[in-house]
Amino acid sequence: MNIVCAGINHRSATVDVREKFAVGPHELEQALARIRRIDGLAGAVIVSTCNRVEYYTASVCPLRVLDGLRGYLQERNGGNDAPLYTHESPSSIRHLFRVASGLDSMVIGETEILGQLKQAYAAATDCGATTRHLNKLFQHAFRVAKQVRSETQITRGSTSVGSVAVDLAGKIFGDLNGLTVMMLGAGEISERTSRSFVSRGVGTVIVTNRTFERAARLAEEIGGMAVHFDNWHNALDKVDILICSTAAPHPVVTREKLEPLLKRRNDRPLFIIDLAVPRDAEASVNELENVYLYDIDSLEQIVRQSLEVRRAEVVRCERMIDQHVGEFVAWMRNHISFLT
Amino acid sequence: MDRLLLTGATFCLLLSFGYTLFALGAGRFRPGAVNLVAILGGFVLLSLDLWRRGQVQGACPINSLFDVLVFMSWSILLIYLVIGPAYHLSLLGAFTSPLVFVVLLFAQLGHTDSAAPWRLHGGPWVALHAALSMIAYGAFALAAVAGLMYLVQDRQLKNRTAGALLYNLPPITALGVANGRLLWLGFAILTIGFVAGHISGISVNSLKFAASVLIWAGYGAILLLRWLHRLPPKRTAKASMAVFCVALLLLPAIQYLSSHK
Repeated sequence: MNIVCAGINHRSATVDVREKFAVGPHELEQALARIRRIDGLAGAVIVSTCNRVEYYTASVCPLRVLDGLRGYLQERNGGNDAPLYTHESPSSIRHLFRVASGLDSMVIGETEILGQLKQAYAAATDCGATTRHLNKLFQHAFRVAKQVRSETQITRGSTSVGSVAVDLAGKIFGDLNGLTVMMLGAGEISERTSRSFVSRGVGTVIVTNRTFERAARLAEEIGGMAVHFDNWHNALDKVDILICSTAAPHPVVTREKLEPLLKRRNDRPLFIIDLAVPRDAEASVNELENVYLYDIDSLEQIVRQSLEVRRAEVVRCERMIDQHVGEFVAWMRNHISFLT
Repeated sequence: MDRLLLTGATFCLLLSFGYTLFALGAGRFRPGAVNLVAILGGFVLLSLDLWRRGQVQGACPINSLFDVLVFMSWSILLIYLVIGPAYHLSLLGAFTSPLVFVVLLFAQLGHTDSAAPWRLHGGPWVALHAALSMIAYGAFALAAVAGLMYLVQDRQLKNRTAGALLYNLPPITALGVANGRLLWLGFAILTIGFVAGHISGISVNSLKFAASVLIWAGYGAILLLRWLHRLPPKRTAKASMAVFCVALLLLPAIQYLSSHK
């Protein structure tokens, strides 16, 4: 029995090509039924995400199956060839283990793909499209992904400015539920960051902007409240996280302005995320007790550090995966099947 | 058997300490089973050792500086095992084990049992006073450890370094809360211990009394200022470490004076 994988991903095809081959949930059953008619194919799992469309099949005659898959994909693509990559055992096994562990993802170590693989496998099982070898392969892949994530740092840190800000807030406040976020300036990046906080359960969002109408509009969109720009410091008593992104040429959040306000806060920490260029907050504000200031450079630096840590871990992950591939190949040798 | 249990407990803490260093060196520290099992093992062995020596001495085994250090180590582990999991402070154990390891090592190698032992006279109230005081010091030790963790986390957040510790240490507000609660716990137990000492009617060397009151007042002042929001969490963390260091230095002196009153 051979495991054959054929597919396209973010490296081999642009999004306009990938979208032509995407298999939506509504057509999955039909697509599985269609490819199971390919001569020599014993079973199949279709993985379709925004970054990849891959067909994992079990077969005793891989070349015939690959021809069949190419023909099927040509049909879907109006007779044009698909920019397919193909793998046979053991390369296909290694490929699946790498995909499950997030090593083949656009952002190394991302964890969403594992859930997507589990969904794809469950859908194929529900359709009765899997075989003993495919069942064993996918279950093994889920185990490998779990081990790689728990024993290496491949998922450490965050890989976007918004998620780094949310992580740091967690390291300052713990639970984000019920916290108050203030947006000082209604720029696009601060809006995205605020939305990240809203999705993590912060209680209140206060929006303030030189143009009050824009603040009011944004506040309505994200379910917050608008405050006049002249009064932002009066509302600071209740604020836990201050996101700055004004277009002011000089610092808006100064040490002189902040120091008396901090006395009214009863030692509650204040997390300032300064996304503005030029910066809205004076650097010396970070020296104040209970104040933690991060500007755009420091957040991007953390993103880079996280990615470096993840990249450095790839070698360890590959070693683990190689060991598992060896184990799975040995299992396949001991469980030769000519049909399923 | 004399030192076997104690050596075993010290080894357990060394294991926890070594594991922490190794994991931090590899940049992939995750607090969990290894530390908890090692600390639990150390606690069980220390409990057995204290019970055995209590049987031999026919009294609460706080009769020499050696006894005091072992009892204090036991108290630190007891408070950690009660408080740590309740506040999800599993990493507190990683910081606690080196402290207890050093105290136990000093107890065994520092000739702390070479001086003539003193006996606790005055019945159960004196024993209660001594035991509660040691447990209070255990709480103060953990408050100092939580304070140290607070300062480490504060430094990482201020310096914007996203190292392994930043991700593995608890949130800084949780550390501030733990620091404050451990101080309150230690202070309450120490106060009850003082009351027990007063009820026992035991005569105390005036220097020992002054040193004890100084420590009690030091912790009382920290808590009062914290309660009034006059002492921010960072300074509370520093003060709890400073007063504990003073207490640690005064402790042998107090015990010496107790034996020569």
